[in-house]
Amino acid sequence: MTAPLHDTGAAGAAAVDVATDVPGKAIEGRSPWRIAWIRLKRDKVALAGGVVVLLLVLVAAFAPLIVGLLGHPPNEFHEETIDPFFSTPKGSWGGISSDFLFGVEPGNGRDVFSRVVYGARVSLLVAFLSAVVAVVLGTVFGIVAGYFGGWVDAVVSRVMDLLLAFPQLLFIIALVSVVPNSLWGLQGSGVRMAVLIAVIGFFGWPYVGRIVRGQTLSLREREYVEAARSLGAGRGYILFRELLPNLVAPITVYTTLMIPTNVLTEAALSFLGAGVKPPTASWGQMLSKAVTTYEADPMFMIIPGVAIFVTVLAFNLFGDGVRDALDPKGSR
Amino acid sequence: MTIPGQPSASPEPAAPLLKVEGLVKHFPITKGLLRRQSGAVQAVDGLTFDVRPGETLGVVGESGCGKSTMGRLITRLLEPTAGRIEFEGRDITHLGVAGMRPMRRDVQMIFQDPYSSLNPRHTVGTIVGAPFRLQGITPEGGVKKEVQRLLGLVGLNPEHYNRYPHEFSGGQRQRIGIARALALKPKLVVADEPVSALDVSIQAQVVNLLDDLQEELGLTYVIIAHDLSVIRHVSDRIAVMYLGKIVELADRSPLYTAPLHPYTRALLSAVPVPDPARRARRERILLKGDVPSPISPPSGCRFHTRCWKATEVCAREEPPLLTLRPGHAVACHHPEDGSDSGARGAVT
Repeated sequence: MTAPLHDTGAAGAAAVDVATDVPGKAIEGRSPWRIAWIRLKRDKVALAGGVVVLLLVLVAAFAPLIVGLLGHPPNEFHEETIDPFFSTPKGSWGGISSDFLFGVEPGNGRDVFSRVVYGARVSLLVAFLSAVVAVVLGTVFGIVAGYFGGWVDAVVSRVMDLLLAFPQLLFIIALVSVVPNSLWGLQGSGVRMAVLIAVIGFFGWPYVGRIVRGQTLSLREREYVEAARSLGAGRGYILFRELLPNLVAPITVYTTLMIPTNVLTEAALSFLGAGVKPPTASWGQMLSKAVTTYEADPMFMIIPGVAIFVTVLAFNLFGDGVRDALDPKGSR
Repeated sequence: MTIPGQPSASPEPAAPLLKVEGLVKHFPITKGLLRRQSGAVQAVDGLTFDVRPGETLGVVGESGCGKSTMGRLITRLLEPTAGRIEFEGRDITHLGVAGMRPMRRDVQMIFQDPYSSLNPRHTVGTIVGAPFRLQGITPEGGVKKEVQRLLGLVGLNPEHYNRYPHEFSGGQRQRIGIARALALKPKLVVADEPVSALDVSIQAQVVNLLDDLQEELGLTYVIIAHDLSVIRHVSDRIAVMYLGKIVELADRSPLYTAPLHPYTRALLSAVPVPDPARRARRERILLKGDVPSPISPPSGCRFHTRCWKATEVCAREEPPLLTLRPGHAVACHHPEDGSDSGARGAVT
């Protein structure tokens, strides 16, 4: 989640003036978001996580540019870098050289650096978009269930229980094997990614839904909801203007913590062969290929593994920091 | 708190602003899978009273006697189970959200807890400006200007327009709530425990603010409180509630000097007296036991389980709310002035 970073970046600079309350100047309120940003700025670990997240996003966004400058096209074979007898990369450390920054792939000599950079695209795209699907579904169902209660709540809650008990990994593997090669105007890997996003998002929404429902249950009893009703507000106004702004904080926290989980799910599925289709690069797929060669060429397993590790760790640290910053009763 | 030239106890009563008849609210208690109704909390059980234009009606009673439920019924935040509510002669008992919307301009509410009645994610400007947005009104000079005028009116700095509720103290927050309630220039303001969450020193400020605003804007108040001294300070007439019923309804001074209902006497005797000499002399009535559950209220007079004057008739028959003296109604078989229910039968 980099959006809050940009949002509050400019506002944070003005915060110093607020504390001193200069007379004659228009008095600006310190919004809860600005206070959270000030607290987040003090949390160096979270900031470091945020910077890494930002870098990863930039790498994914500008993958063609980066690869153009520092690597080779991701699907280009370089058989001259491969030892024809053992089919492992020539040279030590998996063929790392100034030409191939992260070495080459055993067997066909594809540039590992380019494949890791392009793999970030797949990982982050699937993780972000499935988080968006989960957050949208979870927020809508959670807020409706929490606010209206009664049979609506009963139905939504049972559906959430059902989905949480569902073996999603097996379901996705089964689903991917029957999905046609072109769907919704997409081809090959595009179809697989769309399916991954839809399914990971669909099985993820109950987690968000439960949190939103619980929060809504407590928020709807606040007097400001009654105050809005006493002014003639309808349901839509109360749900989206009064309650939703108070749910943004827990939703943001949950989203930043859900993205790393989705990165791992995507990697696991690619590892199992249910992810994007080769030759599209993906970290999980590289790991799965490395299983057969890691004794001779451990670098080919270490590099995508570290990529996953760094991504997940950065998101988790950043997410924890966001949670501490948004929770006024936090221990830190 | 009377508007000059509009004495509340005038012999020719003006048409009531709000007329409540036999108002009942039962909250159902459901049990089991099929949600069968197994009982009901009889929060409000048959209230009848009028509120005249320009007056302040105080409502007192112990916790759980149904005062707040009553306030939410007359502002139609709750759906009455039975009875009738008329505002300016118009029946508003069962109006829906859309039907009530135009009425909301005239009936507004001040809430008890200033920490929960303001949305922490909205600025003061958004909160006080919400009434205009929701009612689709553009005040003269724009919403911002009007909000700043309202903030000034309740004694806040209009410059604080862009601040958030957490930047204010409890008393200031309550003023924001008052500004919101007054935004649409209502005729009737229902204040549910407007000062009970505040410090005593701040209570006086807020009570005096309500007083001044009434004079300035010609407001009619229904003020709900459990603090008898606050009620005494602000009210023209006072209704005493016990377990969902009005037991006594009278002008302020007769109620405080010569209460007719034993419960009112007991309540008044509990008001702290700051003078030790007087404290020693006064009679203190201690009620025994707890307030009975409103799920299964006592038969007959609901107060008979704790009343020292109760007789057999009290457990059997429910006393009606009768006007014993002009402007002084009481629901008791053995009122404090000595007239008994037998004798009263002839009077009424």
